[in-house]
This record gives sequence, C-alpha cells and structure tokens, in this order.
Amino acid sequence: MNTLVRRSFQAFNTTLKISCRAFSEAGINDKIEKIVKNNKVVVFMKGVPDAPRCGFSNAVVQIMRMHAVPYESHDVLSDENLRQGIKDYSNWPTIPQVFINGEFVGGCDIMLQMHQSGELIEELKKVGIKSALLTAEEAKQGEKKN
Amino acid sequence: MNMVYTEKYLKEKLTQELDAVHVEVTDESDGCGAKFSVLIVSDKFKGKPLLARHRLVNTLLQEELKTIHAFTQKTLTVDQWKTQ
Repeated sequence: MNTLVRRSFQAFNTTLKISCRAFSEAGINDKIEKIVKNNKVVVFMKGVPDAPRCGFSNAVVQIMRMHAVPYESHDVLSDENLRQGIKDYSNWPTIPQVFINGEFVGGCDIMLQMHQSGELIEELKKVGIKSALLTAEEAKQGEKKN
Repeated sequence: MNMVYTEKYLKEKLTQELDAVHVEVTDESDGCGAKFSVLIVSDKFKGKPLLARHRLVNTLLQEELKTIHAFTQKTLTVDQWKTQ
C-alpha cells in the first residue's frame, strides 16, 4: 500500500516537474520577447559590459563601444533560465547574442564581420542610431573640405 | 560520454556535407577539442546572408556543438574566397 502511494506520488511529482518546466519555458520566452522588443539593441552575454567573463562577449562589448551604441545587456551567467532560454528563443547555440529592433542579428563572429564590412553602421542607421565611427569619419571629411 | 572531436573529423564532415572546395579547421584548445575555428569555402553559401550561412553550419554540427564550447566560423563562397 505504502509503495503504491509512493509510486503514484512519484508519477504525480514527475508530471508536476514537466508541466512546471513547460510553464517556465513559456514564461522565459515572453520575458525575452519583451526585452528584445522594448530596446533597440540588446546583448545577451556572459558577465557585464564592465567585466565580461568570456572573450567572445568581450569582443562584442568592444565593438559596441567603438560605435558608441547604447544597449541593454543581460548576464546569462546570473540566470540559468535565461542562459538556456535565449538559446531556444533564437535557435542559436552560443552566447553572446545580439538583437537589433527585436531581430536576432548574430553572435560574435557575425558582429565582427559586420563591423569590418561596414554593415553594422548601416544596420544601426536603420534603427536611428548613428555610429560614432560614422561621426568621426564625417568630421574627417569636413576637415579635408575646409 | 563526451565525444572528443578532431580537426580531421570536422574537416571531413564539413567538406562532405557542404561540398566545400576548401576547409580549414584549427583546434585552439590544445587538443581537448573544446575550441575550434573554421574557414569554409563553399558555393552552398551563395545567395545566403551571413546569418543563414552560420545557421547552416550550426545545424550540421548540432551534435558536435554540444561539446565544442567555443566555435568561430568564417563562411565564404568561392568567388569571395578568390577575391580575398
């Protein structure tokens, strides 16, 4: 009798765990959606901009700094739910992840290549952010003319 | 058990699956197989934006990327590679 009760309790417990997990997944998806839709530029990274805890996250922070992009950052190391949730949300296996205007843009490699090709300046322009590199370039051109 | 992947294994898989004309795989982990950087030249990337190219590679290496912790990729078409 006792065993039977325990068994059915275990079964119940497993069901409870599964449904809780599904519930939390739905929750994290909504949370991420809100974050990326409410900010022009969002970076999900390991650590914080002042102290990145991974070379790839650091590279993205440096790129953002060069372009003087205002962005919101989220540390996945301080939130295990977010760490897995963001990978599922964007269907992308690694961190960091950059979102512009609610759209997943890429990780470190893509950001670096967009930075090198000048594409990043264009993408930022589309959402009304003027890259500091563009401002510097224009100032240079202006000096030449004068 | 975690599989340890080698440069040779990844090179062969990527070359075959992507009909790649050139693949360079560098193990940057001192052999523990957790950190790789790859250059793939294939016309399967033609007409695909960067994100789509990287997604294609990530999908091919879905299993492998569970144990490869750091993965850097460069994806070029044959024309892009020649003009580089």
